[in-house]
Amino acid sequence: MATLKELSNKEILISSGHRACAGCGFPIIIKQALLAAENPVVVACATGCMEVCTTIYPYTAWKVPFIHNAFENSASTLSGVEAAYKSLSRQGKLDKKIDFIAFGGDGGTYDIGFQALSGAMERGHNMLYICYDNQAYMNTGIQRSSATPRGANTTTSPAGTESYGKKQYRKDLSAVMVAHEIPYVAQASPSNWNDLVTKVKKALAVEGPAFMNIIQPCVLGWKYPSDQSIELAKLAVDTCFWPLYEVEEGEYKLTYRPKEKKPVEDWLKRQGRFRHLFKPENAEILKEIQEDIDTRWARLLAKCGEEA
Amino acid sequence: MSIRVGKTGNEAVAEAMRQINPDVVAAYPITPQTEIVQIFSSFVANGKVDTEFVTVESEHSAMSATVGAASAGARSMTATSANGLAFMWEIVYIAAGMRLPIVMPVVNRALSGPLNIHCDHSDTMGARDSGWIQLFSENAQEAYDNAVQAPRIAENPDVKLPVMVTMDGFIISHAMEVMEILEDEKVREFIGKYVPENPLLDVDNPVTLGPVDLQDWNFEHKRQQAEAMRNAKPVILDVASEYAKLTGRKYGLFEEYKLDDADIAIVVLGSTAGTAKVAVNALRAKGVRAGMLKMRVFRPFPAEEIADALKHVKAVAVMDRSDSFNAVGGPVFVDVRSALYDVDNGPKIVNYIYGIGGRDVTPDHVKTVYADLAKIAETGQVENPLTYLGIRE
Amino acid sequence: MSVPKDAGWKDVPKAGRILEPGSAAKYETGGWRTYRPVHIPENCINCLFCWIYCPDQAILVEDGKFKGIDYAYCKGCGICATECPGKRGNKALKMILDEEA
Ligand SMILES: Cc1ncc(C[n+]2csc(CCOP(=O)(O)OP(=O)(O)O)c2C)c(N)n1
Ligand code: SF4
Ligand code: SF4
Ligand code: SF4
Ligand SMILES: [Mg+2]
Repeated sequence: MATLKELSNKEILISSGHRACAGCGFPIIIKQALLAAENPVVVACATGCMEVCTTIYPYTAWKVPFIHNAFENSASTLSGVEAAYKSLSRQGKLDKKIDFIAFGGDGGTYDIGFQALSGAMERGHNMLYICYDNQAYMNTGIQRSSATPRGANTTTSPAGTESYGKKQYRKDLSAVMVAHEIPYVAQASPSNWNDLVTKVKKALAVEGPAFMNIIQPCVLGWKYPSDQSIELAKLAVDTCFWPLYEVEEGEYKLTYRPKEKKPVEDWLKRQGRFRHLFKPENAEILKEIQEDIDTRWARLLAKCGEEA
Repeated sequence: MSIRVGKTGNEAVAEAMRQINPDVVAAYPITPQTEIVQIFSSFVANGKVDTEFVTVESEHSAMSATVGAASAGARSMTATSANGLAFMWEIVYIAAGMRLPIVMPVVNRALSGPLNIHCDHSDTMGARDSGWIQLFSENAQEAYDNAVQAPRIAENPDVKLPVMVTMDGFIISHAMEVMEILEDEKVREFIGKYVPENPLLDVDNPVTLGPVDLQDWNFEHKRQQAEAMRNAKPVILDVASEYAKLTGRKYGLFEEYKLDDADIAIVVLGSTAGTAKVAVNALRAKGVRAGMLKMRVFRPFPAEEIADALKHVKAVAVMDRSDSFNAVGGPVFVDVRSALYDVDNGPKIVNYIYGIGGRDVTPDHVKTVYADLAKIAETGQVENPLTYLGIRE
Repeated sequence: MSVPKDAGWKDVPKAGRILEPGSAAKYETGGWRTYRPVHIPENCINCLFCWIYCPDQAILVEDGKFKGIDYAYCKGCGICATECPGKRGNKALKMILDEEA
């Protein structure tokens, strides 16, 4: 376990001057993830807010080698980079330990880049894939993705007289990645920096592929005041909407258990995208959302061997 | 000293890949390219190459991983056909835009739909403006020779563009041919050591590749790309003359076959050139001054050179093995005609679309084209600017 | 190497490659700010929460201690002030209107 004092002696590998909205969550994720790395890191990133805000020519916020190829292929692009690394190392043309991290948004990961991610994980590349999950296509203006929570108002699942927002529950991508039987899968949150840093360290240390799903509050898409990003990340964890756990070689472990499991409403009511759910006619939906979280939480506790 | 062997086009290209010994290959099977992937896999399995072979789950990932590997600083290759090339589309453009010297054999096959696995050029022609250099081959020998020359062209510092080496599906890829290959050391010496530009794996000099490039800069970067394509022309010729010293086989931007004194000529790409030569010889025996121009380099398009080679001809037929569906003619026709636009009193020029979906083309078919040309040359009148050759009406 | 604004196509690296790591620091985002955080040293416990949570690397730390705020980049999001525990409930960072600074 690192202390912030120790971490603060390390160089932050993402610079100031990027164009993310004030209070955006993903720069915090980049900072924490790269602080965890012990070796030089090469990063690949999918099209989306992260890439667009950090690499506007002729400026880059990245202090590590960085490649953006397209929207759906950060996993396959990085698998090529990692293959090059293996090949050149084996031929004695390179003699250095390097770690590989791919970033993708929820759209680039859960949806359009899903196949490339699945392929890269199945092939066993020695890389960490981090999904920064802000729960919609933010870069193109807040459209729903399969990571968008049920009930959220997005520009393609708008709330209206005949609609309470997105109809479907979010896809449990972390579970899908566990089903790939890769050495390491984890969920993390930038609010719990220590947990996040520890998990990235583990993920980079394993031989073979690792996947981390990291919740990312988005000021614009979730609609909340910019100072509350970390509070909302923390509430997602404390309501058990976003449990913090890891799966190492198939073994589930809860890495943080909220002292008191808060009602999901505490999280929902602070975000403009869920405002309509608090109208009387949507009371049933709110109830169902709570029940869904309760069921998933109970299931997760059982998998982790925790008491209910 | 070269080695005489019997090989199919796919085997010849796989052999060239073995000799190039790329650091990374990422590829996905598709008929008629599949054998290349299979043969190359066995080279990997038997330690014949140093290559890291990435068995991707799709062509989109094949090109994506190849772009990643090339950006990392590895000599990188892939191979595909038709729908595979179409599935890569987005990244085909990105590979060129990122200026990565990737080499990709493309075994020509008809694009769906309806589904067809046989040869036409619709796949490669669709990618003609993707920023890739395109080398066409008449037979397995040429496919091999083009594949060996391709890395030298792609990696030239003034070029740094990806190269497609094409050959006709089945007609070349699956037909056994006696041909010559070079010794391994000769190939290695010829292509030389790979020196990557701004590689990602140089962690002491971190680069950002593929950034957001907006109105203030994108035009400049695209202009560089256009210049690189212009630069490619002399480089292709230099590499060819060096290769000729090694092998005795001469390559240019195109091959002129009995074109010097020709009154009528056809322009053709790929295996049909062999068929056309038979027709030309037969016509010449009868005293008809027939000639042929076989294109090797379709991109960069050698417009001035083609105009120069065809300017004295009375009537020219451009043979397109793909349709552009634009009612004016096929892609080769459109470019060749445009190249001839500034020639005073230049040839009459017509278009034949043929061989779609692997439809057979025989010397007799080609002879009917020459017969049409003879009439045009005589009358100066074009009746049919566009003919579908070998179609059932 | 940095790229002059008016450089022509012959004079810039290929393909939009950016050869200067962290060059975004040349682009100051401080002008985006409406509110600014101000530090109250007597309330500061040097927990560095502000540092680990600031999305813009605008909290400066030296020898494991809070050093200052880089207003050239601070976008005024207020995360640092919200997350600051301060001393006995008294925050060491508070947000004030930028023009009143
Ligand atoms: C093939 C393709 N389809 C669509 C787009 C348009 N597009 C760019 S970013 C984006 C959404 C990104 O969403 P996500 O991955 O969640 O990242 P975020 O912007 O939310 O950070 C879309 C739809 C694209 N660039 N490429
Ligand atoms: S839209 Fe959301 S994800 Fe995108 S930069 Fe703004 S806060 Fe960040
Ligand atoms: S969060 Fe507050 S108490 Fe902690 S270091 Fe920053 S200013 Fe000081
Ligand atoms: S207000 Fe936001 S940008 Fe400014 S120092 Fe605090 S956390 Fe950083
Ligand atoms: Mg998103």
